[in-house]
Amino acid sequence: MNLHEYQGKQILKEYDVAVPEGIVVESPEAAMEAAKQIKSITGAESWAVKAQIHAGGRGKGGGVKIAKSADQVFDHAKEILGMTLVTHQTGPAGKLVRKVLVEQGIYYPGESEVAEFYMSVLLDREKGRNIIVYSTEGGMDIEAVAERTPHLIFREEIDPSVGLRDFQARKIAFNLKLEGTAYKEMVRFVKALYKAYENSDASLFEINPVFKTSDNLILAADAKVVLDDNGLFRHPVYAGMRDITEEDPAEVEAGKYDLNFIKLDGNVGCMVNGAGLAMATMDIIKLSGGDPANFLDVGGTANASTVEAGFRIILKDPGVKAILVNIFGGIVRCDRVARGIIDACKSIGSIQVPVIVRLQGTNADEAKQLIDESGLEVYSAVTLQESADLVKKAV
Amino acid sequence: MSVLVNSSSKLIVQGFTGSEGSFHASQMIEYGTNVVGGVTPGKGGQEHLGKPVFNTVSEAVKETGANTSVIFVPPPFAADAIMEAAEAGIEVIVAITEGIPVSDMVKVKEYLKGRKTTLIGPNCPGVITPGEAKVGIMPGFIHEKGTVGIVSRSGTLTYEAVDQVTKEGLGQSTCIGIGGDPVVGTTTLDAVKLLMEDPGTEGIIIIGEIGGNMEADAARWIKDHGTKPVVGFIAGQTAPRGRRMGHAGAIIGGSDDTAAAKMKIMSECGITVVESPADIGNTMAALLKK
Repeated sequence: MNLHEYQGKQILKEYDVAVPEGIVVESPEAAMEAAKQIKSITGAESWAVKAQIHAGGRGKGGGVKIAKSADQVFDHAKEILGMTLVTHQTGPAGKLVRKVLVEQGIYYPGESEVAEFYMSVLLDREKGRNIIVYSTEGGMDIEAVAERTPHLIFREEIDPSVGLRDFQARKIAFNLKLEGTAYKEMVRFVKALYKAYENSDASLFEINPVFKTSDNLILAADAKVVLDDNGLFRHPVYAGMRDITEEDPAEVEAGKYDLNFIKLDGNVGCMVNGAGLAMATMDIIKLSGGDPANFLDVGGTANASTVEAGFRIILKDPGVKAILVNIFGGIVRCDRVARGIIDACKSIGSIQVPVIVRLQGTNADEAKQLIDESGLEVYSAVTLQESADLVKKAV
Repeated sequence: MSVLVNSSSKLIVQGFTGSEGSFHASQMIEYGTNVVGGVTPGKGGQEHLGKPVFNTVSEAVKETGANTSVIFVPPPFAADAIMEAAEAGIEVIVAITEGIPVSDMVKVKEYLKGRKTTLIGPNCPGVITPGEAKVGIMPGFIHEKGTVGIVSRSGTLTYEAVDQVTKEGLGQSTCIGIGGDPVVGTTTLDAVKLLMEDPGTEGIIIIGEIGGNMEADAARWIKDHGTKPVVGFIAGQTAPRGRRMGHAGAIIGGSDDTAAAKMKIMSECGITVVESPADIGNTMAALLKK
């Protein structure tokens, strides 16, 4: 589950990771009030106004602005709230900004130069262990740093039996070429960040940049946090942070029926049992000259009501020109699924696009007979290749 | 011959008396698997499906000589169940449970280090040696005793491949569903090594998907050590970046875990990669006829 920056920073604060003072708001008036409040706490003379959407690259898209006065905070918030922000991660349609985070400015002058670093905590899948990835090159796209200057990216592997050790946190601070107060602050920062990651069942905490202020404080200036969906049962408060306005409405709707649905841009809808077979079905649609309009896994219990819900969700997309249903009946009996499909078709009334149904496995022959004799305009197939050929004909 | 499970496997079912455990235990018994009992804490001493129920795995091992376990325990308690089985000396643990927190699996993986236990899964359909033992939730009847070994991260897509292989008249030696999670006990490479060393396996099918490096690791090993024909398919050629495609582990993270990148490495390493999932069975048949 993806979190907004302000939510990620709430979790960081719980674990004593320092973040800039900030308040999330939904109106320019509230933004101005927030700016005044932040000033009274920190004495800040400048502020950042940051769009809260689930995507990176907000700055380049005009979703992050610096203000020098409370009036300017108002103006920037007015501009950003309600805008459709397009970044390299949102796709061309962009995302509507509903909230902005007003934060204390961190570029204030002081005894030393400010500095920006990169740090993330995540799982190394190959090793089955967590790692901290960090770099002296903060505040920019880390993939670009990896390409141009791979020697400036460091990795620290965490042994699950003992967790992050002090010497590892020290090594990180030394490799970031810090000394004195900033060094001590960084050691503390790394330990607190790892604790936040581990205790929240996260799959990613990416802090870019980790910011050293001119008075040698170490702050998480940004936070991209992804939580492990499987761990949410242990964190009801975090589970409540889910923002469905950031998700595709069709995907939210599908979730209500326990359907795993992902909207794509193609012309052939598909409904499949099992995630691997669903991906393979999308691939075979492409190989047959079509483009998959969605990923849809109906799971282990494909019955009339889930199949009907699936059809209705797929048919909401006007771009869909054909639907391929691909069920491999193992424990699920194909004849039962076939009856579900027939009931669903009858209940929906008329489906205006060709429906191709491929049922294989337990009782596949009876299922095919049921479909063929149903009087519905449904094409049946037995092998995967046959269904591919029918898709080719349909598009 | 076969790997991991066979007619001498003595199986216990953890989460035996729950609805999933009960249903699949009876299916496994019907298939002919030697189910010697089950474990449900607090229900020890009872009988279920004609088999004894134990409170702990170690008690079950002591009383029945069980060497294999299959786990249907719900996600919050599944990691604990795996560790309990390992501690009791179970040699092969098959974890069916979907939805175990990744942080739990990181600890499990560490716990299993240095022990003589092989973990399959979690979030997998299980392992089957046709005609001998079905340890999992796959439909038994589509399998046929034969010479093709299958390694897969998927459930129904594996059944699809099995069905194609059976219809080609080849049959399977052992099918290993390694699971769709980011951290699994047995990797594609581990499973391929087992099948490569198995005298009863003449050809190997690898069914992978987007996300992670497991297929690439297996391919590089096969290039240097492979002695049998290998057919590969990677699901998710049309999957978008950064979206989780059903399985917790099926997500494109970088440039080298896309389907295209994996397919390229696999074919460079001498694996016969098929673009269409409809061609898995016939391609294996053609290779074995050579």
